[in-house]
Amino acid sequence: MTVPESHSFSIVVRTTARYVVRVMMIFGFYVMFHGQISHGDGFAGGVILGLAFIMMMLVFGTEAAMRYFSRPLAPRLVSVGGLFFLTIAISGFSGGYYLFNFIGQGQVFKVWGAGIVPLCNVAIGLMTTTCLIGIYAGLTRFKPGPGGKQ
Amino acid sequence: MIDLYIMLVFLICAALVAVEMEDLLSAVVAVSAVGLGISISFLILKAPEVAITQVVVEILCLILLIRATIHKDLPFSTSGRWFINTTIAVVFVVMFIGAISLALQDMPPFGSPIMRVGSLYLRDGFAQTGATNLVTAVVLNYRAYDRLGEMTLLFTAFLGVLVVLRRRGRVTPGKTGEEDEE
Repeated sequence: MTVPESHSFSIVVRTTARYVVRVMMIFGFYVMFHGQISHGDGFAGGVILGLAFIMMMLVFGTEAAMRYFSRPLAPRLVSVGGLFFLTIAISGFSGGYYLFNFIGQGQVFKVWGAGIVPLCNVAIGLMTTTCLIGIYAGLTRFKPGPGGKQ
Repeated sequence: MIDLYIMLVFLICAALVAVEMEDLLSAVVAVSAVGLGISISFLILKAPEVAITQVVVEILCLILLIRATIHKDLPFSTSGRWFINTTIAVVFVVMFIGAISLALQDMPPFGSPIMRVGSLYLRDGFAQTGATNLVTAVVLNYRAYDRLGEMTLLFTAFLGVLVVLRRRGRVTPGKTGEEDEE
């Protein structure tokens, strides 16, 4: 990962961040997928995943991090998450009503256990991660042009 | 119970420090201390779900605020019509305290909530949903409309940021058109 010259973080911060990012991402996925078993759900896991990426942006610079997450990718990922959630919700009509648990209770203490809950968690986590990264990138990379109309 | 009161006093002190601080970055750090204290209060009140969400969102807001304020010197305007402003603020604070004191009389006492629907969830939630985490069972199974609305809110915020804050505006129409997808 190339580091721009103008960046002021020392090698200690960069090396630590390089290892901690993976641990943060694993923890985010853990929280997201174990939403129906232990504490936390898709929203908290998605925010942790987004924070891992934001830490990468802070340490290695926005340009280096945005190579993994390009500008047209963000709205598509958010739309995929939202459409996934809506598909789960509309599929509930097969059992009766909107957002019906059409899969059933499933096995207790399994990751794909409690019917639609883990699927909804994945959709919510995808939406949350992408939305937070997009909002952060939009707020930090924004530079107002001359005249405000550029 | 005494630890909760200690934490509440700490919260009030940190909020006062955040208001009175001259430096903007120090005020942001004091606000983050408030958020951490709120999270510990949730833990004391046995609500770890809310504590997790509070801590995580607090870190995100702290990063955003520091990133937004660290290069800017925003002066507070202390001149002007301070008498009218102070009077309006005092009037609104008095009105708010009166309304709150009226509203809080109808609340159930602390520690004994009204469990009409909640007792049903506690009794049948595990058997009906199969989720051992009852908070997720309520949020994503019984009350999934709430979470759908929350996601709609986040989606709208994302679209607003993308539309308003572009890095480079549209110079010629039709050249960079990826904002118009949804």
